[in-house]
Amino acid sequence: MATQTVKKHKTIEYGRYGYLFIAPFFIVYLVFQLWPLIYTFILSFQDIYVKYGDEINDGFTLTKNYASVFVANDGTASMAIRTFGNTAIIWIFNFIPQILLSLLLAVWLTDTKVKLKGAGAFKVMVYLPNVITAASISILFFSMFGPNGPLTKLVMDLGWIDNNRFFIDNAAPTRGIISFIQFWMWYGNTTLLLISGVLGINPSIFEASDIDGCTGWQKFIHITLPMLRPIMLYVLVTSLIGGLQMYDIPSLFNVNMNTGRGMPDDASTTVTMYIRFLTKTGNFGRAAAVSVILFLVTLILSVLFFVFMGDRDKKAKKKG
Amino acid sequence: MSNDKISVSTATRMEDASYSRKILAAKIFRITICVILCIISLFPFYLMIINATRYTKDIETGISFIPSGFFIQNWNTLMEKSAGLGTSLWGAILNSAIITFPGTILTLYFSTMTAYGFFAYNFKGRKFLWAFIMAVMMVPGQVTIVGFLRFMQTLGLYDNFLALIIPAIAAPTVVFFMRQYMTGAFSLEIVEAARIDGANEFRIFNTIALPLMKPAIATQAIFAFIASWNNLFTPNMLLASPDKATLPMFVQQMRTEQFTIDYGAIYIGLFITILPLIIVYLFLSKYIVAGVALGGVKD
Repeated sequence: MATQTVKKHKTIEYGRYGYLFIAPFFIVYLVFQLWPLIYTFILSFQDIYVKYGDEINDGFTLTKNYASVFVANDGTASMAIRTFGNTAIIWIFNFIPQILLSLLLAVWLTDTKVKLKGAGAFKVMVYLPNVITAASISILFFSMFGPNGPLTKLVMDLGWIDNNRFFIDNAAPTRGIISFIQFWMWYGNTTLLLISGVLGINPSIFEASDIDGCTGWQKFIHITLPMLRPIMLYVLVTSLIGGLQMYDIPSLFNVNMNTGRGMPDDASTTVTMYIRFLTKTGNFGRAAAVSVILFLVTLILSVLFFVFMGDRDKKAKKKG
Repeated sequence: MSNDKISVSTATRMEDASYSRKILAAKIFRITICVILCIISLFPFYLMIINATRYTKDIETGISFIPSGFFIQNWNTLMEKSAGLGTSLWGAILNSAIITFPGTILTLYFSTMTAYGFFAYNFKGRKFLWAFIMAVMMVPGQVTIVGFLRFMQTLGLYDNFLALIIPAIAAPTVVFFMRQYMTGAFSLEIVEAARIDGANEFRIFNTIALPLMKPAIATQAIFAFIASWNNLFTPNMLLASPDKATLPMFVQQMRTEQFTIDYGAIYIGLFITILPLIIVYLFLSKYIVAGVALGGVKD
């Protein structure tokens, strides 16, 4: 007790140094990240656009930017809504196979009964795509699936498609390949995270279940899955946040390089690509409004997941 | 009696045999799947390397698994075509290095410093400020880009590398990781001993705390470097001059009309841009793979 007070006294004595150590971080954060975020909010209420090459600022507007984000002139779904839809579709078709395969691999690679040789080399190989520049990977896949691409040719030779432009003229294959690239780049990462999760489970729980005669499937459903919930939540939320900002792969895969918009017919334009398009065309107000909505969607989804999963944890504890 | 024993042991042996056969079957099945996944991971890169050596007209006729002899010719085409881009391949590598090296160093130094400030000192508002860092950790940079861009225009930092370097000082996730590492591997008693010896606080940080944090700094250095080197979105928004293109922006040019007809040059361009990362990965993969798991256990 006595030593504790002495220690505490000492740290307080030096406490003011703490401010000096954390000052650079907070100054830079406030200036270069927090202020831009607030400024984006402010800009989303400013009527700024470019007309005949000149920037025009018509001042404060409460609804103009947001209205144009939600409703298109002709009454159809607005571009912003469409890009949110595109992003969601591409993310879901990447995430579901990713989490399933990663779970399977995490169980396999930590299985003490069926030991796999070369697990280390396997991890290194499946993680490789995650390290490589996404821009290069996107163009690599476009070169393979574009017109005259080697894989387009291969699929044509097999007689599955009869059109050289099949993968880039149709929405579903374009989105499908973007989803696949995302899946291919990220499942190694997810597998490594889940493996560390499985290894964190107390082995005596598995031993006890072995004595009780549990099958592998029972162990997976009743032990591994519930124990992995925190790390799966982490994977889900980080993947969701990352997925909503998806840019590199779709922005170079099947796009009109002059406008930066996804083809065919904007089917592969994601939210961040749309923000860039609005910014480059001088529509700063609308670009800011889309950014604010992207921020709010990101925030709401992550809070929802944490609250939902936290609640379930509490309930489970009460039961126990 | 003895008969019974024999029959029991044969039964277990038979069970054993079928059990180990099951294990073997599972093993073969799992290894097959894993090998297929490895092939899928490496195949695009293999195809890229092969095609970098093939004649463009040959590439268009179909897939091949054998290298050909057009590497030099494709290389010359790439150099010719990229000459008109404003930034040469080497210029783009240089630009990327000018942004990435200082940025990574700033991220690591100031993140360690911030984490140390929270770890070694007790000051008013410490808990609140730490909660702030935790809260903003998940805010993606993309949502602030419009405000950031306009702000940089006001400051006169638009189209300036500094706009990409200075913000690296504030990296909440790295701060978080560093503090976690400190909690596990760092004892304040060393700091107190140094104080008794009369060292000032910043000297203690630079000469004692920083070296002790080397393993964590090394891991984070790899990830910070790769993230910055591969970044396309931010430089794409903030840089405008043709001669300021970073490597990913140079790669982007290979999707433009100048290149679309020349697959040989595209593949070799991709090969050259990917090669340094593959080499780095070959040497550091052990640390990278271990680091992914470390960074993930955040709760």
